[in-house]
Amino acid sequence: MSVRALTTLRNCDEIYAEYYTSKLNDASHKDVEAFIGKKVTVLKRGDVEEKDIIIKAARDRRVAFITAGDPMSATTHLDLRLRAVDEGISTDLINGVSIFTACAAALGLQPYKFGRTVTIPLPEQGFLPSSPYENILENYSRGLHTLILLDIKAEENRYMTAPMAMRWLLDAEKRIGSGLVKDDSLFCAAARVGSPKQALFAGYPDEILTVDLGPPLHCMVMPGRLHFMEARGLVAFANAPREILDERGSGSEPKQ
Amino acid sequence: MGRKEDNIARAQAISKNPEFIRNIGTAAHIDHGKTTLSDNLIAGAGMMSEDLAGKQLMLDFDEQEQARGITINAANASMVHKYNGNEYLINLIDTPGHVDFGGDVTRAMRALDGCIILVCAVEGIMPQTETVIRQALKERVRPVLFINKVDRLINELKVSPEEMQKKFVTIITEVNRRIISQLPEPLNKEWQVKAEDGTVAFGSAFHNWAVNVPSMKRTGINFAKVYEYCKNNDQKTLAKKAPVHEVLLNMVIEHVPNPLEAQKIRIPVIWKGDKESEVGKAMLTCDAKGPVALMVTKIIVDPHAGEVAVGRLFSGTVTRGMELWVSGMPNPQRTQTIALSVGADRIPIDHMEAGNIVAVAGLKDAMAGSTVSSDKNMEAFEKISHYTEPVVTVAIEAKHMKDLPKLVDVLRTVAKADPSIQVEINNETGEHLLSGMGELHLEITTYRIVNDHKVEIKSSPPIVVYRENVKGRSPVFEGKSPNKHNRFFVEVSPLEQSVVDAIKSNEIQVEGKIKDAKELAKKLQDLGMDRDEARGVVTFKDNNVFIDATKGIQYLNETLELCKQGFEEAMNLGPLAQEKVMGLKVKLVDAKLHEDSIHRGPAQVIPAFRSAVYGAMCLGQRILMEPLTKIYINCPEAVMGDALRELQQRRGLIEDIHQEGEATIIAAKAPVAEMFGFASAIRGATQGRALWSTENSGFVPVPSEIQTKVVAEIRTRKGLKPEPYDAAYYSG
Repeated sequence: MSVRALTTLRNCDEIYAEYYTSKLNDASHKDVEAFIGKKVTVLKRGDVEEKDIIIKAARDRRVAFITAGDPMSATTHLDLRLRAVDEGISTDLINGVSIFTACAAALGLQPYKFGRTVTIPLPEQGFLPSSPYENILENYSRGLHTLILLDIKAEENRYMTAPMAMRWLLDAEKRIGSGLVKDDSLFCAAARVGSPKQALFAGYPDEILTVDLGPPLHCMVMPGRLHFMEARGLVAFANAPREILDERGSGSEPKQ
Repeated sequence: MGRKEDNIARAQAISKNPEFIRNIGTAAHIDHGKTTLSDNLIAGAGMMSEDLAGKQLMLDFDEQEQARGITINAANASMVHKYNGNEYLINLIDTPGHVDFGGDVTRAMRALDGCIILVCAVEGIMPQTETVIRQALKERVRPVLFINKVDRLINELKVSPEEMQKKFVTIITEVNRRIISQLPEPLNKEWQVKAEDGTVAFGSAFHNWAVNVPSMKRTGINFAKVYEYCKNNDQKTLAKKAPVHEVLLNMVIEHVPNPLEAQKIRIPVIWKGDKESEVGKAMLTCDAKGPVALMVTKIIVDPHAGEVAVGRLFSGTVTRGMELWVSGMPNPQRTQTIALSVGADRIPIDHMEAGNIVAVAGLKDAMAGSTVSSDKNMEAFEKISHYTEPVVTVAIEAKHMKDLPKLVDVLRTVAKADPSIQVEINNETGEHLLSGMGELHLEITTYRIVNDHKVEIKSSPPIVVYRENVKGRSPVFEGKSPNKHNRFFVEVSPLEQSVVDAIKSNEIQVEGKIKDAKELAKKLQDLGMDRDEARGVVTFKDNNVFIDATKGIQYLNETLELCKQGFEEAMNLGPLAQEKVMGLKVKLVDAKLHEDSIHRGPAQVIPAFRSAVYGAMCLGQRILMEPLTKIYINCPEAVMGDALRELQQRRGLIEDIHQEGEATIIAAKAPVAEMFGFASAIRGATQGRALWSTENSGFVPVPSEIQTKVVAEIRTRKGLKPEPYDAAYYSG
């Protein structure tokens, strides 16, 4: 949390938080309250999206809404800000560290080279989208990396892990069969990025299926065409197989 | 060996020879004498004592049936009858006449090849008579006519012989008019009933006699003699000289097609599979060596054997211990006992050949309406369609905590045995909903839960089932997901009546996945639906349809399944009073979706789509529909005023009043909601001198001046706030 964030929060009358789009690393909600020195009210998804709790409070008071990570990355909170604007309430945004940059940074991948981000959903009745697979494929065929976020059901305490996501991708390959996931396709898995207990791994699908990266949050990257520096980074930080230095470090075309 | 046992042995011998089998039923308006006739047929054939017949009501073996004097189940019995030196096996099903049990009649027809339509000589063709004729013809079941209670015509109405003849001609003409209009050529001419060729018989089931033209030639008992015997109060002699079973069973043998002939006509109508396939050929030829093809028409719950499936075996041979597939079920099941039915008794046998009606224990997954085959991939028989929908509901719960799980089991069995009962199990509240065809239907069902299944229950007073729809086409309404990043643009309108009718008559199959989208689109276009709409049909829910009218929206394909769920939820619980929606067309015209699938998952899309449908329904002007019933009252003129007053108090609409002899016949329509307690009220008002019957007559809009009040009542009963939400609420 930046100094600006902390000062702003200390000047607020009321503070709300949500942990359903992300999760605190190495800190509890109590730690946050202690750190700010104020009470922080936790809201559920329904409270944020379907009720006016925050907007109502902000009509005559200074109200903050905090999330783990960056408030506008991989969330739908733009709606909240627009609702405030509609009500004539002035808003300010303080950025946080986002998985969008942190994950690439941790793995040594260049942020310039990422395509669309996708999220892999936990299985639910009647919901089996193909778009995550198809969008990764589209990125990959253009030589771009894909940041793969994994589903969170905070209220049910269910978090998708890298092995679960790998299983999902292998199943999608069987179902759709466009040749994205092969035995020697390289994937990166990352856990608790940005915390001292961060864990990284890069390897082939059968390795990802069994890798134990510890508790959530997890995310993955499917790299596209690797710059030689990126390949070195993956070997150095994520224990990637050394052969990628020869194969991909030379800037070879992604396998179709 | 007693006569009964002897008969069973002979029945089994004949059952291998389809030429000598007849599968028949009796069907009629309530109280026209079906069960009395069936009993006398069985007694005559030596399956019960002749003295008891007509009094014992052998087929009304259910305690409730005997107590109420009506048939509730379609009961069946097999018997042997000698004709022209040959022995024939007659498999007989007696069906209920009370309108609440119409579903039973429809299912029984599937097992039959012929049907004795009984018409009371005094009352003539009644609404249920029309219904059973229609049901028989739809299943290609050959009707023969028995004009019953002729003695009453002579002794009570004191008609002259000429008037009697005239009355007969009227009834016969009425029946034939329906046969002409409801069957295709040339069957509609071939199946006309005529006194001359012996397809019409006249008599008294109660007094156990009957005549038709062939029997008159044989016995010399003609109309003049009938008239004389009745006048002289000597129907005993008539019964000796012209016993009802002799005349009617001869008539059946002469005119009802045997299974070999019947299945050639019936299979193409009741089965849409490949006629050239092994099972198709076997059914068309009633081949006992072919694959087993059994259509279950009834589930009987036996205290010892458990659930017993009774049905028509169209091909193959069922033996004890064989593995059979129940359509739609993943695993085969092994048959336990095979039986022949005689009234309440089932006589175990080792095997049964094609062309017969058979009872099979061990088919746990089977329900009334299931297709059972030795061929795993056999195409199922056409769904047995029954026209009327449930109109009354009771909420029931177990009296004792310990019975909670048992009640759920019992309700599942009840639903399997009687598909006209809709069961909604609610494990959370323990309060389950039973919906049926009428007050009596539910009364009997709850009685059985307590007395046959031994679960004590508390049940609510009966509640009317309502339906929701809209007055007209709505403007486009925009439904938003909770996170506001997804929007669905929906328009609703009443579905074309022609399409609703086609769904009701099963011409359009609405269950399961759409098999052939092109064929469906063509059918819908022929019924008058717009071409683009017909091509965009995604799914049906009851008689509501969901159409995707969008083009090329990215990611919609992986979202449509969730829209479907939202649609189904909205159709199950309408926006007005959380009643089912009926006959609505829901059209998705545009959608805006979030880039990442995670922000358009079930928790976002289902409520968004549901709100879109609800909002559009608000804009299309929601209407509440209530079930209507037709009422026919037959009473002496003296109490006519009292009967009319009783109807008028119940929002009744008098449609016709006319005089028939000394009786006044009133035809009226009234909402089911107003009909509770009518039975005792009319009895009181007319000192028990009115005979009456009812028939469900579909749903009509609740009068607009009372809609708000009725909606508020339903909502309050359901624990909702009295006023429904408006469109603004759903655009949130």
